[in-house]
Amino acid sequence: MNYSMVLYILGYMLKFESAFLMLPFLVGLIYSEDTSLSYLVVAVVCLVLGGLLTHKKPTSPSLYTREGFVTVALSWIVMSIFGAIPLVLTGDIPSYVDALFETISGFTTTGASILTDVEALSHASLFWRSFTHWIGGMGVFVFIMAILPLMGGSTMNLMKAESPGPSVSKLVPHVKDTAKILYGMYIGITLCEIVLLCVFGMPLFDSLCTTFGTVGTGGFGIKNNSIAAYSPTLQIIVTIFMILSGINYSFYFFILSKKIGDAFHIEEVRWYLLLILVSAGAIIYDIRHLYPTLGEAVRHAFFQVGSIITTTGYGTTDFDLWPSMSKTILVILMFIGACAGSTGGGMKVSRLVILFKTIKKELSLIIHPREVRKIRVDGHIVEHSILRSTNVFLVIYFVLLLSSTLFISIDEFDFTTNFTAVVSALNNIGPGLNQVGPTQNFSIFSVFSKFVLMFDMLAGRLELFPMMVLFMPSTWKHK
Amino acid sequence: MNIIIVGCGKVGYTLVEQLSNEDHNLVVIDEKPEKVQYITDRLDAMGIVGNGVNHKTLLDAGITTADLLIAVTGDDEKNLLACVIAKKTGHCQTIARVRNPIYNSEVEFLKKEFGLAMIINPERAAALEIARIFQFPSAIRVDSFAKGHVELLHFKVTDKSPLFHMKLFNLHQTLHSDVLVCTVVREDEVIIPNGDFEFQENDIVAIVSQRHNAIEFFRKIGIMKNRVDNAILAGGGKVSYYLAKSLIESGIKVTIIEIDHARCEHLSEILPEATIICGDATDQELLAEEGLEHAQGFAALTGLDEENILLSLYANRISKAKTVTKINRISFNSVINELNLGSIIYPRIITADYILKHVRSTNNSRNSNVETLYKLANGKAEALEFIIKEDSAVANIPLQDLNFRKNTLIGCIYRNGKVILPTGQDMMKAGDSVLVVISGYRISDIKEILED
Repeated sequence: MNYSMVLYILGYMLKFESAFLMLPFLVGLIYSEDTSLSYLVVAVVCLVLGGLLTHKKPTSPSLYTREGFVTVALSWIVMSIFGAIPLVLTGDIPSYVDALFETISGFTTTGASILTDVEALSHASLFWRSFTHWIGGMGVFVFIMAILPLMGGSTMNLMKAESPGPSVSKLVPHVKDTAKILYGMYIGITLCEIVLLCVFGMPLFDSLCTTFGTVGTGGFGIKNNSIAAYSPTLQIIVTIFMILSGINYSFYFFILSKKIGDAFHIEEVRWYLLLILVSAGAIIYDIRHLYPTLGEAVRHAFFQVGSIITTTGYGTTDFDLWPSMSKTILVILMFIGACAGSTGGGMKVSRLVILFKTIKKELSLIIHPREVRKIRVDGHIVEHSILRSTNVFLVIYFVLLLSSTLFISIDEFDFTTNFTAVVSALNNIGPGLNQVGPTQNFSIFSVFSKFVLMFDMLAGRLELFPMMVLFMPSTWKHK
Repeated sequence: MNIIIVGCGKVGYTLVEQLSNEDHNLVVIDEKPEKVQYITDRLDAMGIVGNGVNHKTLLDAGITTADLLIAVTGDDEKNLLACVIAKKTGHCQTIARVRNPIYNSEVEFLKKEFGLAMIINPERAAALEIARIFQFPSAIRVDSFAKGHVELLHFKVTDKSPLFHMKLFNLHQTLHSDVLVCTVVREDEVIIPNGDFEFQENDIVAIVSQRHNAIEFFRKIGIMKNRVDNAILAGGGKVSYYLAKSLIESGIKVTIIEIDHARCEHLSEILPEATIICGDATDQELLAEEGLEHAQGFAALTGLDEENILLSLYANRISKAKTVTKINRISFNSVINELNLGSIIYPRIITADYILKHVRSTNNSRNSNVETLYKLANGKAEALEFIIKEDSAVANIPLQDLNFRKNTLIGCIYRNGKVILPTGQDMMKAGDSVLVVISGYRISDIKEILED
């Protein structure tokens, strides 16, 4: 383990966080909130600490897979620890554990809140909560890599640990250029949404926060009843951008490089869009009597489906009151999640595609025991190592899901609450059902349960492996 | 530049390693996913799994916007075909590795007909390098600049050398030689020495000098050796064939020891003037029988690196021969440099260097004016040649008044057929060919050697 290199990169991360923290401070200045000074204080602390850690370049700049995973996992933890401090200092969230929960929920783009009254928060804190979604959505290291020339090819190990999906590939030869293109597209989509929301009548501050939550697929609202507070037109715009943000960014890259055919050839994207249509269709049929007009049912169905499959977690209606089938569909969508290479969470559609193809292959082997068959996605053969890690991912996923449910059941809430709370945290969604439903929040849980859920959120965002590797004693040994 | 490299073997990896440091956009293609993975995990390049002669694969790799395609798979025909397809599809230059001797006489024809920018034959390139070493055995490596008028000569300091424990500022007073010490490689480090520098055992020193001054210098420090008259080559592979051919042409007697009888027969057909011995080169009796003790040149060129290392160690123990060791695969440089192996030849690095030189000269016309470039000590330092232009920021100012960056050395100035080993009063003038040695940073224009 190359500790000096890990600390060096942590230092860089802190410097960036310090820059990020300046934004809510500026927002506070605009709204002349005195409390926002605490953002400046923490920003300075981060800058000093970061400066100390990056003061001396490490002697050996080697960064192998292990260092990559550990650095990313630690960075996300440290980033959340510092990001939570101003929420306490401003007095918006008095308990540090709650503030940490809120910040992790923000960075991991979960959007699960412990706040009972969101509207009471200062503008600076509201902005910071939403902005953590935006940073966490595409990833802080992708951002760092787009700006800083770190150390050549081995930074790929950082990107691998941070980017979602069974396999991470570059769009263009240089890591730096790939990161730049990703953030370029991300910023592009963000600006489009902000402009559209403003044009259709949302105040600028609201549209900024809503957009951060949408494109990062986070889901922190700044109103107590989330997006239901806005007009139907605005809800439709948010629906469209949520669904767009759940698409693999390679799709946009292909479109930008004028390869429209290749873009729609991505199997994952086709399945993703099909899933949205089918689920929304079934839900519309199921809830058609609950709303005065069919149009409203369609709007709510698409919004909720889009919000859940992309793991955003915004709400326009309380789907906890929907019939059982609709709720079940939504819970299944929570597991599936968005596309790999998007800002969404969950298991990812591409993993599911691979798993279903594996099942088909196994079944086919019963009929033709000596058959040799390769699994293909988008016409390319899927490597054995990717199949293996996909299978292991599934196993860890369910082990984590079940053990976390067991741990938080100590609080003695009903099964639906416990189970959906964990599903919601692990898949970075936000709301669950019953006592953690769309109109409820996570403040009911004990401190222990909150820590379990915080771990689940981080594990879910970083795709399990980086967080799990922290528990391997041999990770920490010097080689 | 956008560069596509087909084939992720040893040469492919070395190329990506060097080129990725020079801000090119690299795409590598190989049929084996694990090889592609190996490169993309370690170096900043994009990988594509597929066959490089496949039109679709080349399109995926961006052949339409590529500036250069380098085909270095193990298969000559595949390399040529990949280049032809690339040429027909895009507007790129192409470089192919072609190693089968039957194509050797047709290189010019192939280049012309297939529109190739360059054909590289690694074994032949390695053989020519070895031949050069046998011509001037005092140095372990010779790089030439200014169209061969100036040479960068590398040699190793031993504990018996008068240089051992000598300080650099004493060098001129004691030896009165007109040579300039450019770099010293110690273990894995490269030093551009100043006056206080003290030589130690196993240092590999690179000097710039004209040939006659170098000969005098080598005589004074006791490592002057005359051109070899006879050589034993252990192993009868392709390198041996090209080397034997080149040595025989310059009148050196050659003995080749090869274990495979059929290969011996073949060698004897194509090299009628060489002595072909069918036997195991690791057999001490056989080596003694063939007169290793009195051999002047010995090259260990078998297919096994370990065997080559042992053979050279043995040859250095029992004879005074100039030894050359070929190492294909292993890369424990710091350990290898400590062994008494004589000159070491890495065919993959030589191949990569040839290609790199071409890439740089192509890049030249775009945004840099580097004439030639040599990597020293695994690329930790570079020796570059520039032609000074009239309006250059470094022209017409005495060197002592220029504010150089750290680890920079002006190795020599070549003006109107004269070699100047520069002192502080000398200045660079328009039209001069200048050798610059730098370490720790990279440049593409001579003015970048100055502090901002």
